[in-house]
Amino acid sequence: MAKFVGNNDKGSDSRFFTTQKKGEMHELRMELHSTDRNVKVDAVKKVIASMTVGKDVSMLFTDVLNCVQTGNIELKKLVYLYLINYAKTQPELTLLAVNTFVKDASDANPLIRALAVRTMGCIRVDRITEYLCEPLSRALRDEDPYVRKTAAVCVAKLYDIAPELVAERGFLEILHDLISDSNPSVVANGVAALSEIAETSGKDVMKISASVLQKLLAALNECTEWGQVFILDSLAKYTPADGREAEGIIERVTPRLQHANSAVVMSAVKVILSYMELMGSQNSDVIRALTRKLAPPLVTLLNSEPEIQYVALRNINLIVQKRPTILEQEIKVFFCKYNDPIYVKMEKLEIIIKLVSEKNIDQVLLELKEYATEVDVDFVRKAVSAIGRCAVKLERAAERCIGVLLELIQTKVNYVVQESVIVIKDIFRRYPNRYESIIATLCDNLDTLDEPLAKASMIWIIGEYAERIDNADELLDTFLETFEEEDPAVQLQLLSATVKCFLKNPEDTQDMVQRVLDLATEESDNPDLRDRGFIYWRLLSTDPEAAKMVVLGDKPVIEDDTFKLDPSLLNVLIGQIATLSSVYHKPPESFVVRRGAGETNEFDDDDDDDDDEDYEGGGEGEVDLLDMGGLGIADGAGGAQSKERQVPLQKVCGPEKSGGLEISAGFTQRKRKIRLEIEINNISSATEVASLAIQLNKNSFSLSPASQQIVCNPPVAKGSTGRTFCELVINANMMAPPPAAGQPVSPQVQIAIKNMTSGTVFYFAVNCNFEALFSADGAMERSAFIESWKSIDDRSELYGTVSDLPPGAADIESVQKKFLQNNVFFIARRPVPGAEGQEVVYFSMRTVSEMEFLAELTFKQGVNACKVCLKTENTAYGLLAKQALESLLRY
Amino acid sequence: MISMIMVLNQKGDIMISRQYRDDVGRAAADSFRLQVVAAKETGTEAPVKRIENCSFLYTRHLNMYFVALSRSNVNPALVFEYLFQLIRILKAYLGEDFDENAMRNNMTLIYELMDETMDFGYPQNCSVDVLRLYINLGNVRPQDEPEPSQLTSQITGAIDWRREGIRHKKNEVYIDVLESVNLLLSSNGNVLRNEVTGGVQMNAKLTGMPECKFGLNDKLVIDKEKEDRKPGVEIDDCTFHRCVRLGKFEADRTITFIPPDGEFELMRYRVTDNINLPFRIIPAVQEEQGMTKVSINLKVIANFSDQLYATHVVLKVPVPKNTAKAKIKHSFGRAKYEPEQQAIVWRVKRFAGKAECHINAEVDLMPTVRPKPWSRPPINVEFQVPMFTASGVHVRFLRVYDKSGYHTNRWVRYITKAGNYQIRI
Repeated sequence: MAKFVGNNDKGSDSRFFTTQKKGEMHELRMELHSTDRNVKVDAVKKVIASMTVGKDVSMLFTDVLNCVQTGNIELKKLVYLYLINYAKTQPELTLLAVNTFVKDASDANPLIRALAVRTMGCIRVDRITEYLCEPLSRALRDEDPYVRKTAAVCVAKLYDIAPELVAERGFLEILHDLISDSNPSVVANGVAALSEIAETSGKDVMKISASVLQKLLAALNECTEWGQVFILDSLAKYTPADGREAEGIIERVTPRLQHANSAVVMSAVKVILSYMELMGSQNSDVIRALTRKLAPPLVTLLNSEPEIQYVALRNINLIVQKRPTILEQEIKVFFCKYNDPIYVKMEKLEIIIKLVSEKNIDQVLLELKEYATEVDVDFVRKAVSAIGRCAVKLERAAERCIGVLLELIQTKVNYVVQESVIVIKDIFRRYPNRYESIIATLCDNLDTLDEPLAKASMIWIIGEYAERIDNADELLDTFLETFEEEDPAVQLQLLSATVKCFLKNPEDTQDMVQRVLDLATEESDNPDLRDRGFIYWRLLSTDPEAAKMVVLGDKPVIEDDTFKLDPSLLNVLIGQIATLSSVYHKPPESFVVRRGAGETNEFDDDDDDDDDEDYEGGGEGEVDLLDMGGLGIADGAGGAQSKERQVPLQKVCGPEKSGGLEISAGFTQRKRKIRLEIEINNISSATEVASLAIQLNKNSFSLSPASQQIVCNPPVAKGSTGRTFCELVINANMMAPPPAAGQPVSPQVQIAIKNMTSGTVFYFAVNCNFEALFSADGAMERSAFIESWKSIDDRSELYGTVSDLPPGAADIESVQKKFLQNNVFFIARRPVPGAEGQEVVYFSMRTVSEMEFLAELTFKQGVNACKVCLKTENTAYGLLAKQALESLLRY
Repeated sequence: MISMIMVLNQKGDIMISRQYRDDVGRAAADSFRLQVVAAKETGTEAPVKRIENCSFLYTRHLNMYFVALSRSNVNPALVFEYLFQLIRILKAYLGEDFDENAMRNNMTLIYELMDETMDFGYPQNCSVDVLRLYINLGNVRPQDEPEPSQLTSQITGAIDWRREGIRHKKNEVYIDVLESVNLLLSSNGNVLRNEVTGGVQMNAKLTGMPECKFGLNDKLVIDKEKEDRKPGVEIDDCTFHRCVRLGKFEADRTITFIPPDGEFELMRYRVTDNINLPFRIIPAVQEEQGMTKVSINLKVIANFSDQLYATHVVLKVPVPKNTAKAKIKHSFGRAKYEPEQQAIVWRVKRFAGKAECHINAEVDLMPTVRPKPWSRPPINVEFQVPMFTASGVHVRFLRVYDKSGYHTNRWVRYITKAGNYQIRI
């Protein structure tokens, strides 16, 4: 390739970077006013050079601006560049340039016309904006396509500064007309501008009709590669009327899969995948054909640059979860090359695990074994852990996986052995009483274990299988020597393992268990360890048989659902293929901060980091009150209480369990969404807490996180406290087994959280405040209420008295209001006949999981107490509902 | 969309930055410097990094970082493709290995290019040929600068990759079919991965706006034509230069296009079935007890016609770190132990087809205090075989139609190179 611009010193710009000497500003100023064009150009270049390295040259504003009146397009471009940079700090002076802009916008040379429009749009000074409209409106209808395409983007710029002007001037309509422009570049930029306005305004300004659709599809063939991306991305947002239309569009989009530009390919994939959802099952042939078509281009993406590969792999990760058939035959292409960058290898491993099946497991195991001998420690560990995950996933291959792990343990490479032990523990938990024969091999490698997690895993294995290990007590004994120095996780495991060992073989381990209990309860400052120690102690001393049932009881079987996305999140992300959202695996709302149009913001401003929560306050509640009509929002008490009730958070996890964090949590409902509110007090974790991953155990309420990711914004630094939340959804698969007949369900929700920054995983349980689950749609017809009330057997009634209510809390009207905000709906109220001053009030509530509860509250005038009677078919939950009412009455 | 593009040097200082939107600022460079450059995460951590809700997408050229910043949910593939394009454009203007100095020397030119190729964060026309028509700041302008209006229709036109009125004395097209073979063999000779990625490079020196039609021995086309010829090659997937009409290809698999002037990559393809491996290598590597010696036995067979020959053949056989010396016996070429590569490197300038070669090496190891197991990296092979395609792909025809009906000379070359050609030991 020929070089167009040489590096010779004469023409080079580097001489402009020479340091500024004293009086240089003055010198520059003189040069800017020079009559010699070359001197002038050089001077402006010097100014731009200073600007580039971050020096403030804004004091030369007027001088540079003077140069703008020139026919020389080169000089003009330089001055405009300067203007864009400093206009914000010199708004008054920038106005001086307006005339030039307006003049240039009607220059004979289309390049200059476009340049003027493009630059004006970049100057975010309100008063310039007024002058912009006229030239812009002309430019949008310019005869030259280059000017039109520049003007199209300029509308988006204007919308960013002054959306009302765009509407006033009818620019949106003109933009819409540009979709049918004869020139493909104009169409492309028109679509880009419309999509952006649609996104910032949240309105459907694109208005894809049948004719617009045809135009877009036609432009798709002619546009530049970028234009094709813009069009495809807006098609992906469109919902076809029916399966046939979807199929028709897909037909026009599929040729794009052959484009050399990977962005075009990925956007085409997005359109096809989104539309496939709409085609339903009756089109299974079409879907199968499409599935076959999608695989080759996805595989081809893996031959691109590593950056593209990374983006592709993150997307493929989603695709294989949604439609596993597309790539089920292609596992080989995800095998790592020796010289792939680590970030590509890590992503490939994830996909290998997702695609592994009984057909290809042998091949996969050979690969993983190979990876385990490489040099990068993180990658090796992930490979080893992948072998374990294969075992947990594929029952019939578990034995082969264990074989490979044993081979790897023989290498005696420290971190390989440790990681192997950790995954073998999981395999043992998944398949109890099957592979314990390998324990002996594990025991040979005790000395290599120096990481807490590996040690804890090994100790768990020893405790769990103490009866099969001849010298289990001796092994534990060696660990006990250093008990005090161990990590809390290891100490806890040691305690449990020793107790297990004792229960299985009481004769030989009496001394040992005594010693451990002493260490745990007397020597340790760790409350968890002490608590557990005391519990074991109490259990052992009162009823060894009960202790056996507790300590040696059956454990729930684990599954390989780690790293699997929640189905609802997955659906969201599939629609976000080929966006950053699909790379982060997070919905766009979690990282895109909307700012009001027209508002300007610098990168380091904090304003945009505020969570919306603050503003959500009373709004919703008040609206609902108004809807009900006549419930009197005017009186003082009501006004005060229309504020969102603060859920009292329970302290659920201490710093010793979670690597220095104190966690408080509680359930609440905001905007009809159930949330787990979490308060993090970073007591001693050196790293900032920025993001967490959450998982819920099966629970009585079928609660499951909408997204496993929780972002702490701003991150919680050491010594500070931060609040975040996790949205929860009802997922029937998360239902815990029902309790024994007649027993109430457990209010506990067990939660595991992983601190993504430090990698620490910790567990805790939160009692569910049942009122958070009451549905806003739970209002009941009066007649339905009466019928239900009668039909429910009196024996399943729950009675109770709530006394010592705070002053005023027994006022029926305020109770009504309070209840309504919490989705407890008023049915009726009547005085009790024959009892002076007593009134009964009826309420109904329904949970999001469709359980109904009927309540009768009896109040007596002048008494700060109330009798509660609750009826429900869901007797196991009755107690919880009653408690919920009580706590609502009390706050 | 993209809010800012910045180019940083190795230390993370801004060399050039162009802000397209004002939701980010120069301060962002500091976060990037602290969290990415200083943390030494480039190359190991993902090239997409989120810092305080601002996404940084970056790639490197030599020791410079090309970073795109965005606060919205952009299409990351588009961002990377643009960054690659920008680097390609700069290469065309400043030379293949343009460095920090070249960037500084041509700062204003680069600003102009950045302004022209992106508007408000949306990529615009990035075709080098077209950009060259009107951007060459501060230097001699081409004699035949077109009229502004002609220029703008060129920039925005449906065929924005070619300008009108091109003339060549001789009408010629050079076609290079370049294939690289990727192979991964397990130590016991099983093929773990094998594919050919090919590219058709064209250098078109044609007059006017010629309509071209190009044909490979694509199995799907040949089967349709039902001629009694050799069966075609099954092409798994291909991608095309944007001049190719994709709709037409989708409909009947014909490749039609109006080419850009000069060099361009017409298409890329991928083949995974029936690949002719140019070299077969049978390794036997044994570590002696006690880790004092490694013996290596290799047999290399050139598996192509004896009419052809391979050039630049290099075999790298890895040896342990603590290798003291190696005694190597081999039939031809040059072989020696190269400590900096931790490998025995065997080089042959010309390797005839059907030839066979044996290498024996006895490697003595230095005793180490704590013997570490050897990770046994794979043997790596490099080669070039001219006039040979591992996939069997060949050009069947290239037809050029132009109004003036001139005659076109066509020259076709084939070459197969090693991509990742590795044999585990």
